[in-house]
Amino acid sequence: MTAYLPDDEQFADGFDAEPAARTPLRPLARILKARETGENPDSIERENLRARHEVMREKSRRRSEGRLLFLGLAFFAAFTVIGGRMGLLAASEPMEPRSAAPGAPILAQRADITDRNGRVLATNLVTHALYAQPKDMVDPVRVARELAVIFPDLKEEDLARRLTDGRSFLWIKKKLSPEQMQKVHEIGDPGLLFGPREMRLYPNGRLAAHVLGGASFGAEGVASAEVIGTAGLEKFLDARLRDPAQAADPLALSIDLTVQATVTEVLDTGMKMMNAKGAAAIMMDVRTGEIISLVSLPDFDPNDRPNPLVKGDPADSPLFNRAVQGVYELGSTFKIFAAAQAMEMGLVGPDTMVDANAPMIWGKHKIKEFQGKNYGPLLSVSDVIAKSSNVGTAHIALMVGGKSQQAFLKSLGFFEPSPIEMVEARSSKPLIPAKWPDIVTITASYGHGLSASPMHLASAYATIANGGIAVQPTLLRRTSAPEGTRLLKEEVARASVAMLRGVVEHGTASYAKVKGYAIAGKTGTADKPKRTGGYYKDKVINTFASVFPAEDPRYVLVVTLDEPVDTSGSEPRRTAGYTAVPVAAEVVRRTAPLLGLRPEIALPAANAVTAVSQNN
Amino acid sequence: MRALIYLLTFSAVIASGFWAYRENYATQQALKDVSKLNSEIADLREALSIQRAEWAYLNRPDRLRELSTINFDRLGLLPLEPEQFGLSSQIAYPQPDLALPALDGVVDVSNQEGGQVP
Repeated sequence: MTAYLPDDEQFADGFDAEPAARTPLRPLARILKARETGENPDSIERENLRARHEVMREKSRRRSEGRLLFLGLAFFAAFTVIGGRMGLLAASEPMEPRSAAPGAPILAQRADITDRNGRVLATNLVTHALYAQPKDMVDPVRVARELAVIFPDLKEEDLARRLTDGRSFLWIKKKLSPEQMQKVHEIGDPGLLFGPREMRLYPNGRLAAHVLGGASFGAEGVASAEVIGTAGLEKFLDARLRDPAQAADPLALSIDLTVQATVTEVLDTGMKMMNAKGAAAIMMDVRTGEIISLVSLPDFDPNDRPNPLVKGDPADSPLFNRAVQGVYELGSTFKIFAAAQAMEMGLVGPDTMVDANAPMIWGKHKIKEFQGKNYGPLLSVSDVIAKSSNVGTAHIALMVGGKSQQAFLKSLGFFEPSPIEMVEARSSKPLIPAKWPDIVTITASYGHGLSASPMHLASAYATIANGGIAVQPTLLRRTSAPEGTRLLKEEVARASVAMLRGVVEHGTASYAKVKGYAIAGKTGTADKPKRTGGYYKDKVINTFASVFPAEDPRYVLVVTLDEPVDTSGSEPRRTAGYTAVPVAAEVVRRTAPLLGLRPEIALPAANAVTAVSQNN
Repeated sequence: MRALIYLLTFSAVIASGFWAYRENYATQQALKDVSKLNSEIADLREALSIQRAEWAYLNRPDRLRELSTINFDRLGLLPLEPEQFGLSSQIAYPQPDLALPALDGVVDVSNQEGGQVP
């Protein structure tokens, strides 16, 4: 750079605007002189031009040199900074930024589940897993002996063999209680180590076990393990429960813990009294579709979920959810759908007389009444429902026609898996006949030939009870009633509920007369199909689908008993009117006050004094 | 004059050095406090969740039912039933004091039956 000393005189030309500084190309003095001496004046001009060009070239060369140097320096500086930073990062100890303000630190890796009133149904508990690093162990044989004392389910020989066969890592226990952990500490071997764990706890034990399902560990590491849902709602809403953004707010279910406990207690007693091998009950709010209670018996403890059966009928396992997974022929409970649809289409009214002359011959089929009775020749539609006449319903269904019957049952949701939030619900599709000839129309009208779960039945009854507007059942708390499509006119829905009330007042469900609450419902008794085909003579599924209170329906209750038999009378009775109905009536009697429904109070008979005082 | 400027400058350098030293240690102390508080919060949260779980466990309906059965003598608790509802007209209100002339212990009348006097 030192060479760059611009001479103003020299550099002014060509670039500078001032012509005075320029060396003239043809200086007059020299031209004249050249002319005098006879030289060519053009050579003077050429010489001057060459000198000027040289100066210009020199100048631009220096300028380029300068630019190159500057660029080189800039690159050098940039690379020095980057290199220095990398060196610093490589040489320094890694450290977390300590001054960063923590927001809400993650509490738990899985959100709690509560009932509709905020009572805890599932929460997390911190515990520890025990693992061993046999290479660090002082005395593996002694450790094996002492561990076998602390954990009776571990075998000393197995443990000793695995601790001494040269492996470097071994899980011993997935969950430890604090007492066990203290005892393991007291062994004092450096090869025994603890890994923190979060485990899922269901404080209510067996209550609502089928709804919740269960959880277990997914990928396990020394420092933590992920908790994943294995069944029920825990599996269906696994993504929501594991979402870190929502881990702090518990998931509120529509289940009411108190009602659930009461229903479970009553149903368990009823199941034992009726000698049934299983039972299910669903209670649903007809306006919002919320499931207030869902019970299936026998149940299990989700804290210690049993393994599924590897052979035999899965329905024999306590894990089997009869309310949602069990698809049954629900029997006469379907009759109200035929009657409601016929009224909706304007074909009949509650008092229209229909043919009920039994037995009815249809092709090669013979449709009979229960125990070969005959309610005919003519019966009003209300009485068809109240007396549960198969023949009467069949005639109503034939009036409606197969196509529209199929469409109506489909709109009630009988053709699709139930939409509630459980994995089991999605995998149990109702069994629907592939073709729909008239004989299917007839049998479907009284609930034979197509199978659905009690959950389907509950939501279909909720549609009737909700003034004919379809409701989507849900296990999650809803704040407002969702919009539904109207399937029945309001008068038709009201007339249908009145018919169901008739079943209780003077029909097959007379045991459902509960003091204070008007129940309306329909019984259903279906023979159990054999796995080999055909039906059992003495095994039935009894169902009572009911609505209460009848004057302004708020809740639907479906009670199903599997293979019940009432042995209190002289001969065993297997119809729903003797088994499922009294159980359902007791459920309503016990739960309706808990649901905040005031009973109609029958005043005690007035004696002379109160009669006078009340007249005043 | 120059000496005074030097003196002032030096003392300013010393003062700012002292200030920076103290700030440095105060910051480190604050960071330690924060991390201690954070771990304390985490511990308390864990304890809270354990207590919530325990509370839910102790209040499980099975246990409450058993306890109310065991302590029936003292508590007399029964499940809620429709018969326990009543109307307000069935309540026996206390009788208003009637300004009657005093009777000198002659008649003994009971009005237990009606329970309600208009």
